[in-house]
Amino acid sequence: MRRVIQVRQLTKRYGATAAVDQLSFDVRPGVVTGFLGPNGSGKSTTMRLILGLDRADAGQARIGGRPYRDLRWPLREVGALLEAGAFHPGRAARAHLAALAAGNAIPRARVEEVLALTGLEQVAGKRAGTFSLGMAQRLGIAAALLGDPGVLLLDEPVNGLDPEGIRWIRGLLRSLAAQGRAVLVSSHLISEMALMADHLVVIGRGRLLADTTAAELAARASTLEEAFLELTGASTEYRAARS
Amino acid sequence: MTAGTRRLPPGRYRFRHVARMEWIKLASLRSTWATLGITIAAAAGIAVAVAAGTKSPSQDLTNSMMTGMFAGVLLAGVLGVLVVTGEYTSGTIRATLAAAPRRPLVLAAKAAVFGVTTLITGQAAAFLAFFAGSAALGHGTAAPALGQPGVLRTIVLSGASLALIGLLGLGLGAIIRHTAAAVTVLVSVVYAGELFLGQLNRTIDAYLPAYIVGDTLGGHTCGPGAAACPLPAWAGMSVLAAYAAAALLIGGCILA
Repeated sequence: MRRVIQVRQLTKRYGATAAVDQLSFDVRPGVVTGFLGPNGSGKSTTMRLILGLDRADAGQARIGGRPYRDLRWPLREVGALLEAGAFHPGRAARAHLAALAAGNAIPRARVEEVLALTGLEQVAGKRAGTFSLGMAQRLGIAAALLGDPGVLLLDEPVNGLDPEGIRWIRGLLRSLAAQGRAVLVSSHLISEMALMADHLVVIGRGRLLADTTAAELAARASTLEEAFLELTGASTEYRAARS
Repeated sequence: MTAGTRRLPPGRYRFRHVARMEWIKLASLRSTWATLGITIAAAAGIAVAVAAGTKSPSQDLTNSMMTGMFAGVLLAGVLGVLVVTGEYTSGTIRATLAAAPRRPLVLAAKAAVFGVTTLITGQAAAFLAFFAGSAALGHGTAAPALGQPGVLRTIVLSGASLALIGLLGLGLGAIIRHTAAAVTVLVSVVYAGELFLGQLNRTIDAYLPAYIVGDTLGGHTCGPGAAACPLPAWAGMSVLAAYAAAALLIGGCILA
């Protein structure tokens, strides 16, 4: 099967500690790949490296065979949601999306489409600084979908969403994958991943711990959560004392 | 339609796409229009005040009427800083670089869009200051005419200085990326330098932005007993342009 995102021996150090340590994995089209790990395990750093926002110390990340920087129409090829709030608080949601659309020659009508898709039509003219966390997250998702991209990278997309919003994004991501897109979703919530992802890439302290199907990982213990905790136990930085 | 078979339009994103993106971003912030409006109002208002207080017609009236451009220049510089640092503070830069990962191209587009916007604003402010100031002159003081030697040049160069200091601010914003620090450096370079360095050494003074904006662009000549010996007006303008270009170039190299 075609590998849309290829991560090879990716390494990023901050001082003496390696945030991402010789990490290799693939993301394939047609499935939701869950990117799991405890807090501080390097998920966000890995995503920043894939998007070229940080420079890797070694290794590489390619999308469709190219580094992100060399994509011809980046937003039409990759949609990304990093932490919520990648927008100016003084700018209206619609203007934010219109600017990004112009940057990749995406038709203006698409802005209204993604506003409708994410349920933001009513507030599109309001300054984004007035948004709740959930609305900010929806705006970030709208921006990721703007270019109708074949690859989606979403870092903790359920953060700040209410239960209805979480169910919505779960359905959205599954349907995007079903259309043949590659979807990489990070989370530290194993229960959420169990519902959303077909394939799992588990990391701890920047290293690959597992690259397997959700079903296979769940079969290793009584529940997926147990299996995950067993896997990441050695690489969790902080842990409450067991009573 | 699947990811594997999807068709992308031919070509790739280019300068004109990124420039359009930057224009929408600049125009969609209220603070942009507020700042540019205040710039024009300050230039015209101060020109009226200066003209109304003018008793002696022998002064270089045109240059006096440009006094308010001094305030506008600082506002344009701060706005230039914010065009870049506002993106880092808010996180917008991630969205910007996701759409256009070639960073020098992004900075070039920002500079072009902001440069043209402030050039138009600067010319509007300078001409408005000239005409408002002329209208406010007391009876018995003849208003300068655009056709008189140096008058048009003073207005046009004063207007252009707004864009050049604005671009200097934008370049400093790209180098420093923190609003407070970049504004501090901008104010130091533009004003404080004049207050300290300029008083120590007259030759250095002639190359400082405040002196160029305040005196050189007005075509002051070096009379006997003059405090500093200014450069010719166009040379002063070129020095300002060189400062802006240097800041943008360094900023571009750091971002890349």
